[in-house]
Amino acid sequence: MRALAWFRAGGLVVAGSAALLAALVLMALLAPVIAPYDYTAQNRQFPNCPPSPLRVRPLSEWSASILSTYPYHLADPTTRRYELQTDTVVPIRLFSAGHLFTTPPDGPKFFLLGTDGLGRDLFSRIVYGGRVSLAVGIIGVTITCTLGTILGTIAGYFGGWVDTVIMRATEVQMSLPTFYLLLALAAVIPANFGPGRRFLLIVAIMSGAGWAGFARVIRGLVVALRQLEYVTAARALGVPRRTILARHVIPGTFGYTIVAATLGIPSFILGESALSLLGLGIQEPGASWGNLLSEAQNVQNLVRYPWILTPGAFIFATVMCCNFLGDHLRDRLDPRARVS
Amino acid sequence: MGSFLVRRLLVMVPLLVGITFVVFAVMNLAPGDPFAELRMNPSFSPDTVAALEREFGFGQPLLVRYVKWLWQAAHLDLGVSVAYRVPVTELIAMRALNTLILAAASIALSWTLAIPIGIFVAQRPGSVADRVLSFLAFLGMSVPNFFLAFLLMYLALRSGWFPIGGTTSLGYDALGPGAQVLDRLHHLILPVVVLGTSGMASLMRLMRGQILAIRDADFVRTARAKGVPERWVVWKHVLRNALNPFVTLAGYELGTLLSGAALVEAVMNLQGLGTLLLEAVRSLDVFLVLGSVLMGSVLLLLGNLLADLALSAVDPRIDFARLEAAR
Repeated sequence: MRALAWFRAGGLVVAGSAALLAALVLMALLAPVIAPYDYTAQNRQFPNCPPSPLRVRPLSEWSASILSTYPYHLADPTTRRYELQTDTVVPIRLFSAGHLFTTPPDGPKFFLLGTDGLGRDLFSRIVYGGRVSLAVGIIGVTITCTLGTILGTIAGYFGGWVDTVIMRATEVQMSLPTFYLLLALAAVIPANFGPGRRFLLIVAIMSGAGWAGFARVIRGLVVALRQLEYVTAARALGVPRRTILARHVIPGTFGYTIVAATLGIPSFILGESALSLLGLGIQEPGASWGNLLSEAQNVQNLVRYPWILTPGAFIFATVMCCNFLGDHLRDRLDPRARVS
Repeated sequence: MGSFLVRRLLVMVPLLVGITFVVFAVMNLAPGDPFAELRMNPSFSPDTVAALEREFGFGQPLLVRYVKWLWQAAHLDLGVSVAYRVPVTELIAMRALNTLILAAASIALSWTLAIPIGIFVAQRPGSVADRVLSFLAFLGMSVPNFFLAFLLMYLALRSGWFPIGGTTSLGYDALGPGAQVLDRLHHLILPVVVLGTSGMASLMRLMRGQILAIRDADFVRTARAKGVPERWVVWKHVLRNALNPFVTLAGYELGTLLSGAALVEAVMNLQGLGTLLLEAVRSLDVFLVLGSVLMGSVLLLLGNLLADLALSAVDPRIDFARLEAAR
């Protein structure tokens, strides 16, 4: 009965999304192991190569590995037409040379999700790109939540002119055309900035554009919490203000923060993807899920090599998992949510 | 209400000055300048480039140039685009219309579909229809705009049902007026579906939540107890109250739509405000960037203002004095 109730309440979906998210994070953390090849290595003989076929054969005296593939041959370089060479079998070695799976170093390669225009293995690029995309989401949300909590708590707890100033600032922030500003700001990041600084700057710009709504809710919560008996009691007991805030007031906002953070991750990932897609974010040869999609902006590429859209599926999956989890957490943690 | 309107409009002025100044300053920090390309071009003599630079006021201090621009802008002259050599206002007027059509059509699509579906679903919470539609709404909310755009473009290319990119066909000018409208509509379908999907999904969820929250309220029970027919209860009592947040949302939606539209325009290659800004940013066309950002901000602020006005019109409990006090 309990299992049924759990299932009906969407437990399977929530557990599934949590597991998928964990898998994606793990993939990003273990990128050098999961990715079969160097993500910047170009195989110029294999531009826009379609995904390699995967053969599963039981071990026998003829084959040394369960998984194997056939190599492609570029039959016509102008139209990039490939032919499968079914007479050669390339073994796929598991747990070899420090990779989860890879092929012998000198032989033909196994392109799980095909290659891009420079013949780089798309799967390896997606795995490494996940590092950037997920980090943008997590770091961005951490910055906004910290900033929003500090400013919201100050505004709500102290009131008066501090409150007015901070609330006016949030109003200003909320009436900015964020994406337009993002475009204008990202475009002028100097080209000589290294990938690390560029990444941080982009995250900082996006965090600066996202804290206001969060800070307003925190302020509202703090105004309500401030009047509760236990806070009054703590004040009457002479507990220092810093301790009251840290121990009694701010923890009361954590439920909302967790929900808002989970639901906020997608907007950062999407923002970074959008910028990188337009060529203003993470630069080549670095990889992020967004800039991997920029090749699809050319309609010819899109229709002839549809596998270059797979990074989008990773973004979609991440966003959806975060939304599912956040929605579920809101039902659990946020007392203001009444939606059944 | 008059004083409220005046105050809100006055507050917009320093905000717009602030936004444009930041953008102006940042654009000036950018490496390179819009004339770099001309200087490399052998068909332009150094004298011509220097004359151009003088014309656009380059070389003067930042603040002087900004105040000059501001003075012009106050007279509704947003300067001349360096790249196009056309008044910025003309360019923006041309492009903003396309963006507004796109945004308005997506709002229309998402509202006309989301509200009836939301009502339908809220009548039978937990049913199969509710579960399926709510799940679809979740998908619609989560799918990135640009990814959906790519997918639909791929399908359109494969099927050949819809034109890809642009707002009009090649032979647009040769068409009759009726055919011109049809041609525009044909080009509009894909971007509107892309842009409308996420809005539709979240509106539907909001509608469902609103109705579920209200349908057991005391005044609804009273209406039922009085013997008001169920249809009348839903229309007159539940819906009337559930709709309030939507009025606010409509205005604020404009902001999300503007940014969403910019991306969709870029991906689907449409001629709109977003692509104009993108081109301007890429070529460091300062006045064009300023003009587009200004236009975007004005649209957003007006949208928010309209939302507040509409809310007070719909909900008699809201009055302006209170709205001001709450701010």
